[in-house]
Amino acid sequence: MKQNKKWYDYLWIVSLTYLILGFFNILFAWLGLLCFFIPLIISVTMGSKSYCNKYCGRGQLFALVGGRFGLSRRKDIPKWIKSHYFRYGFLIFFFAMFFLMLWNTYLVFAGSKDLSTVVTLLWTFKLPWHWAYHGTLFSDGVAQFAFGFYSVMLTSTVLGFVTMLLFKPRSWCVYCPMGTMTQLICRARNGSSPHNT
Amino acid sequence: MRKAVVDTHVCVACGCCMKVCPRKAITIPKGICAEIDQELCVGCGLCAKECPASVITLEVCEK
Repeated sequence: MKQNKKWYDYLWIVSLTYLILGFFNILFAWLGLLCFFIPLIISVTMGSKSYCNKYCGRGQLFALVGGRFGLSRRKDIPKWIKSHYFRYGFLIFFFAMFFLMLWNTYLVFAGSKDLSTVVTLLWTFKLPWHWAYHGTLFSDGVAQFAFGFYSVMLTSTVLGFVTMLLFKPRSWCVYCPMGTMTQLICRARNGSSPHNT
Repeated sequence: MRKAVVDTHVCVACGCCMKVCPRKAITIPKGICAEIDQELCVGCGLCAKECPASVITLEVCEK
């Protein structure tokens, strides 16, 4: 069923490694910025979603666990999740939380807040994560950003995992903020007329 | 014969369908939504099954 595999079909290993590294040294969380900038750069410069289509390691991970390993009910996703209201709303919410995280990082950089060595899951639950912090050569803000960014990555992985179990393996793709954003960029860049029948 | 049809309004352009298509009939031109080459499509339905948003359906077409 699967044809010849390309090098990029193994990027799920990178995504998995990223998640594991965060348990050992939180500073590795900085690498996650790649998953943020690469899709943006591809969509802005090339006007395509080839990041989603080919390179997204997280999508591959869900496809593997939910598809190959069968950890998915393979049911249709509820209509409201794929509605534009929810997708754009989630994008806005995700970014609001992201900027809040950046603001907290700034406060630590500026010295008006102490470093908090927790990973916040689902924007609510503060998990102690001090074992993954061994100090930083630079400002505490560098570590604060790592904790914040890892929180974003872990939260989205958990959400994606839950929807993988409930619906189809790559259900996360339906409401992935990066996917929504790159699609919007592609629309704006290439004109929005859908030309398919 | 049945062929796959994409509801372009709700397609998220993730490319899951493109990956499973055994005929390489699906592309995501310009990152906007999936496009199915009706000449190549054999209506196997793999893409419809894979689509995480379930926006692909098989529809009967003449020919």
